[in-house]
Amino acid sequence: MSLVETAEQAKQDAAYKEALVEVLYQLADDDFIISYRGSEWLGLAPHIEEDVAFSSITQNTMGHAMLFYQLLEELGEGDADALAHERISNERRNGTYFEIKNGSGTYLEEPQYDWALAVVRNYLYEAFKKVKLEEALKSSYAPLRNTADKVLMEQPYHLGHWKTWITQLQDSSQEAKERIQSRLDEAWKQIGDAFELGPKADDILAKEILSSSETLKQRWLDSVKETLTYVPNGDLASELGNGRAKEHTDQLDQALATLSEVYNSDREAVW
Amino acid sequence: MYNYIEHGKGATAVSTHQEDPEKYAEFMERIEAGEKIEADDWMPDEYRQTLIKLISMHGISEIMGALPEKEWVPKAPSLKRKLGIMAKVQDEMGHGQLLLRVAEDLMAPYGKDREDIMQDLLRGDLKFHNVFHMATKSWADAGLIGWLVDGAAIITQTNMLDASYGPYQRALQRICAEEVFHAQHGEAIIMALAEGTEEQKAMLQDALNRWWPALLMFFGPPTAETTGSSKQEATIKYRIRKSTNEGLRQAYLDKYLPRIFSLGLTVPDETIHYDEEKKKWIYQQPDWNEFKQIISNNGPRSQARLRLRKIAHENSAWVREALATPVVTA
Repeated sequence: MSLVETAEQAKQDAAYKEALVEVLYQLADDDFIISYRGSEWLGLAPHIEEDVAFSSITQNTMGHAMLFYQLLEELGEGDADALAHERISNERRNGTYFEIKNGSGTYLEEPQYDWALAVVRNYLYEAFKKVKLEEALKSSYAPLRNTADKVLMEQPYHLGHWKTWITQLQDSSQEAKERIQSRLDEAWKQIGDAFELGPKADDILAKEILSSSETLKQRWLDSVKETLTYVPNGDLASELGNGRAKEHTDQLDQALATLSEVYNSDREAVW
Repeated sequence: MYNYIEHGKGATAVSTHQEDPEKYAEFMERIEAGEKIEADDWMPDEYRQTLIKLISMHGISEIMGALPEKEWVPKAPSLKRKLGIMAKVQDEMGHGQLLLRVAEDLMAPYGKDREDIMQDLLRGDLKFHNVFHMATKSWADAGLIGWLVDGAAIITQTNMLDASYGPYQRALQRICAEEVFHAQHGEAIIMALAEGTEEQKAMLQDALNRWWPALLMFFGPPTAETTGSSKQEATIKYRIRKSTNEGLRQAYLDKYLPRIFSLGLTVPDETIHYDEEKKKWIYQQPDWNEFKQIISNNGPRSQARLRLRKIAHENSAWVREALATPVVTA
């Protein structure tokens, strides 16, 4: 497959474009929802320094989502803001593990959030994102390569941040150790769909848009096994559904209602 | 971003002129000559306590101030606005961190640290700024906070840019530079609403009506008689700031009322006008008793916001404990 240089060129080949947008929706929707879950933590992190760092990561991540939505916009999928705000949950392609709530309560009232979930989920997510973006550097779609390259300039700092947290907590107090392990067990049951490429997987591979699901999973496992002192037994599962096939929990609906509340109050208005 | 000089109760320092008259005279000479005092320099106890109170309140207000805006962070109506408000709130947190460090150094001789500041806040001994006790009801409130609350903060902080205490003065330099961006962020949101649909305009006017008394209160009571003795005097005497509460409020009205009116907005005060002879704005005083209630944590959202911090503190107790445990290496 030769390099596809521009959105115009990609649009010439319907099958190519269809496969390509699947990958871009996955990347955009993952960042969008994980950034939302991060923003719910604002002001509630274990200390002020963490609040500053976490909110910086969350902000960068929303910026990355915007870059991927813009690539979709160039391909004629619609305005980036509409893509971010108007699509309902069964049009979304994010991994289901990334959409689940931070804990009970809401970010406005009684947020009983669990820092162990924040650390485990963000660490696993950033490790996954790094692998996926590195594979995207080899993509046949040049604009995706360029964006992956740009995002990879700051993303390793995000991974480093969460790696530090998990390293510190996983072997410290008994309570911390148990909390981290139990969140890892949970993650192993829910993160499976993140590695899927969705209904256009065959074309994605044939047209060299991205590497295989197995490659992503294996590289990710190799990477997290270097850091984690406890790795759950058994295969990765997708108990919450397959987000890449647009299956989601009602927790995504709740998140989208908040994210789009003002936007939806008047979609035509300039905000 | 925010502070005014409080009147009334609070730790009144022992008059320190007697603690060491010679050192005191030398200290006053230094600050009057425009020199900066550093953390390890000798300073009168009254100066130290005034600074601790001022800076810890300023710092904790930045942190509590993130909460009302946070309510609108995920709801911001476009990707660009989401990024803008995220960046802004992150800056506020950063200011809080910077200021708490300055306060911590000043508190060290009393054997106090960050945890004491947090405990004081949760117990209600450390107050946070009146504006952050208020509810945010619409997206217009998020814009208004950036525009008029940060705008007020720029006025009070610019007034202290030459403060005699070096670490605070340097922190303020950085904070003020960032506040200018925040005010621009707020102004951009406001402009979009002011030029928008009828509903958007109404939303904006409603926000301004609700916020107006709190904005007037921002600068604190005008005279010592309003609430008792004055801390304004100590901060001016020690060259921490230059103007009085009322002087700052007048500067604020000078700057913002013309802008408010030019956007076609009104303020909920029919008596407000500029008195050419007295060269000042005549306005209806906000209810200063209500102000006292608000800053005593009896405002509309005081308890709810303190509750958020309390939950966060309790839920991360295990994290603090874990971080204090040495990591076992295999």
